[in-house]
Amino acid sequence: MNSLSRLGAIVRKEVRQLRRDRLTFGMVVGLPIIQMLLFGYAINTDVRNLKTAFADEAETHLSREFIADLKQSQVADVRYRSSSPAELEELLRRGRISIGVHIPHDFDRRIVDRERAAVHILVDGSDPTILSVANQLRSMPVGFDSVPPMADSVGAIEVRPYYNPERRTPVNIVPGLMGIILTMTMMLFTAVAIVRERERGNLELLINTPVSSAELMIGKVIPYILIGMLQLALILGVGDLLFNVPVRGSIADLYLAASLFIAANLALGLLISTLANTQFQAMQMTVFVLLPSILLSGFMFPFDGMPRFAQLLGEVLPTTHFIRLTRGIMLREADITELYPAVLALAAFTAVAMTLAASRFSKRLD
Amino acid sequence: MSEPCAIEARGLSKHFGSLVAVDKLDLDVPRGRIYGFLGPNGCGKSTTIRMLCGLLTPTSGRATVLGVDVPGDAAALKARIGYMTQKFSLFVDMTNYENLQFITEIYSYPRADRERRIDELLERYDLADRRKQLAGTMSGGQKQRLALACAVLHKPDLLLLDEPTSAVDPQSRRDFWAKLFELAEAGTTILVSTHYMDEAERCHRLAILDRGVKVADGTPQELKESTGMHVVEVLADDPFAAQKLVDTVPGVVSVTQLGIRLRVLIPDSVDDPVERVAARLERGNLAASATLSSAGLEDVFVAVTLKPGQAAA
Repeated sequence: MNSLSRLGAIVRKEVRQLRRDRLTFGMVVGLPIIQMLLFGYAINTDVRNLKTAFADEAETHLSREFIADLKQSQVADVRYRSSSPAELEELLRRGRISIGVHIPHDFDRRIVDRERAAVHILVDGSDPTILSVANQLRSMPVGFDSVPPMADSVGAIEVRPYYNPERRTPVNIVPGLMGIILTMTMMLFTAVAIVRERERGNLELLINTPVSSAELMIGKVIPYILIGMLQLALILGVGDLLFNVPVRGSIADLYLAASLFIAANLALGLLISTLANTQFQAMQMTVFVLLPSILLSGFMFPFDGMPRFAQLLGEVLPTTHFIRLTRGIMLREADITELYPAVLALAAFTAVAMTLAASRFSKRLD
Repeated sequence: MSEPCAIEARGLSKHFGSLVAVDKLDLDVPRGRIYGFLGPNGCGKSTTIRMLCGLLTPTSGRATVLGVDVPGDAAALKARIGYMTQKFSLFVDMTNYENLQFITEIYSYPRADRERRIDELLERYDLADRRKQLAGTMSGGQKQRLALACAVLHKPDLLLLDEPTSAVDPQSRRDFWAKLFELAEAGTTILVSTHYMDEAERCHRLAILDRGVKVADGTPQELKESTGMHVVEVLADDPFAAQKLVDTVPGVVSVTQLGIRLRVLIPDSVDDPVERVAARLERGNLAASATLSSAGLEDVFVAVTLKPGQAAA
């Protein structure tokens, strides 16, 4: 009974302080919105309008038709016309273009005999995304409109994108971004909130009162759980409003997954707070977790495409599992029970981090 | 005293690795009195206080605080102890009222009496007109009054104050001590650590700590009478030159300059201390006078913290 009222006192105090801390309060609301706008509008892996130059040495009716097709594809934004392949290479090296198209003088004959490539495409391969886009150009049919297209100009393999047929990047980004934003705010807020209390000496006061360390830890964490839920609602709202990102599965499942994930991050934040002596150290440590969470969780790059070692690292991060859950629930309409490995991983992570934090926390009070 | 002591410690020690912070401390703090811990920074004052309220586990030795063995049931003790930290430790982004309210809640103060108790404390500690002011925006003296109000809110039997006045002006310090005497009068036992002589002077009893060891214990009066030293006061126009000269007088163990005065400590066993000093000053052709003086607390402190080698010289 007394324990509950002490817990209530700590929660009320925390909320009160949070309301006065305009910066933190601004971060709670501002961070998700700004990140959503940045990632939603700026990151676009569906690349178009690559700067292109061509060198047409054939100058035939056929070659001009090919270039017209190229312009229409929207992939290439034809900026320059060069006279030789050497000039294309020059433009490429200077970064003026991403793609150079070379049409040899015997273009017409090459098309007919099919022995040698009719067109050479020079690509700036330093960005793999551009390379993969340029590869699309290979499947462009080449030939006279009057001549029926040859059988092998139609690809033998047809790709049908599921779940995101329009290939809109936000649909993929938003479920992942949810994980990143929650990692950032939940872990940082908890860690900083407790370290700040130690830095300001409040902890020295509190440990001399009947408040137990469990009451203190739980009391400090509860307001942040609510904040996490608020942020989730905010992200889903903005995602729906601006980017039309669907939630195909059940909202309840999504919130269940988020609760687990928030718990994991709060536990991690608590653990960091027991390791850091200053707020600055706490922030450094959160960056240490945040960066791999962005890079290795499957948020930025497809998880399956990562090297084995990076995948192993990624498996340890709660964000990886949460992103699997959100993409599954939101886009593939999966049931949370179908995604049980990720659920188990999050639960295990929380248990381990919490145990470590609790053992270290009581030590600090001695 | 008929009543048992509020604090009784025997052989209390605390080691941090190879560092001995507190070494075999014996302590008897009578109830309803103000007991002072005097000593320089790092002498083990805070460590002792933390052991007494159960925050640190002693390496060896035992203590009984308010009849409860320490280390033992620290949780039960906390409700009966008030603790004021060296550094201001209340919430700077909450108002005075909110801070007090928070304290009533975590000490489970009877719900019906909470508001009355808060009003009473705000009134008594001159904070009534600052009820809605954020604690962080107040002056050092005001913060300290708030801290004391919070420490005594739950009416503890024992109040532990760790260098409570290190950040306040002399006037605030006087007011603060007036409050402490009120509390002691009402029966609260107060243990206060300090490195100010004038503050130590106000305590009923005093222990002087030096590098973890208790080197003196008694009322300020007792301590002054039992230094085992003559105190010779020298008045000189050129105190710096006089100090150099007096330093060479056989038997002198310490010379402290206070403005144009010098406080010279000479062991009891040495006869005619004034004559010895005066003779040396005369031979040095310095305009100075030497008179026998009685020991102040500062002299006591210097005398008991002398390195063993110096005392023998």
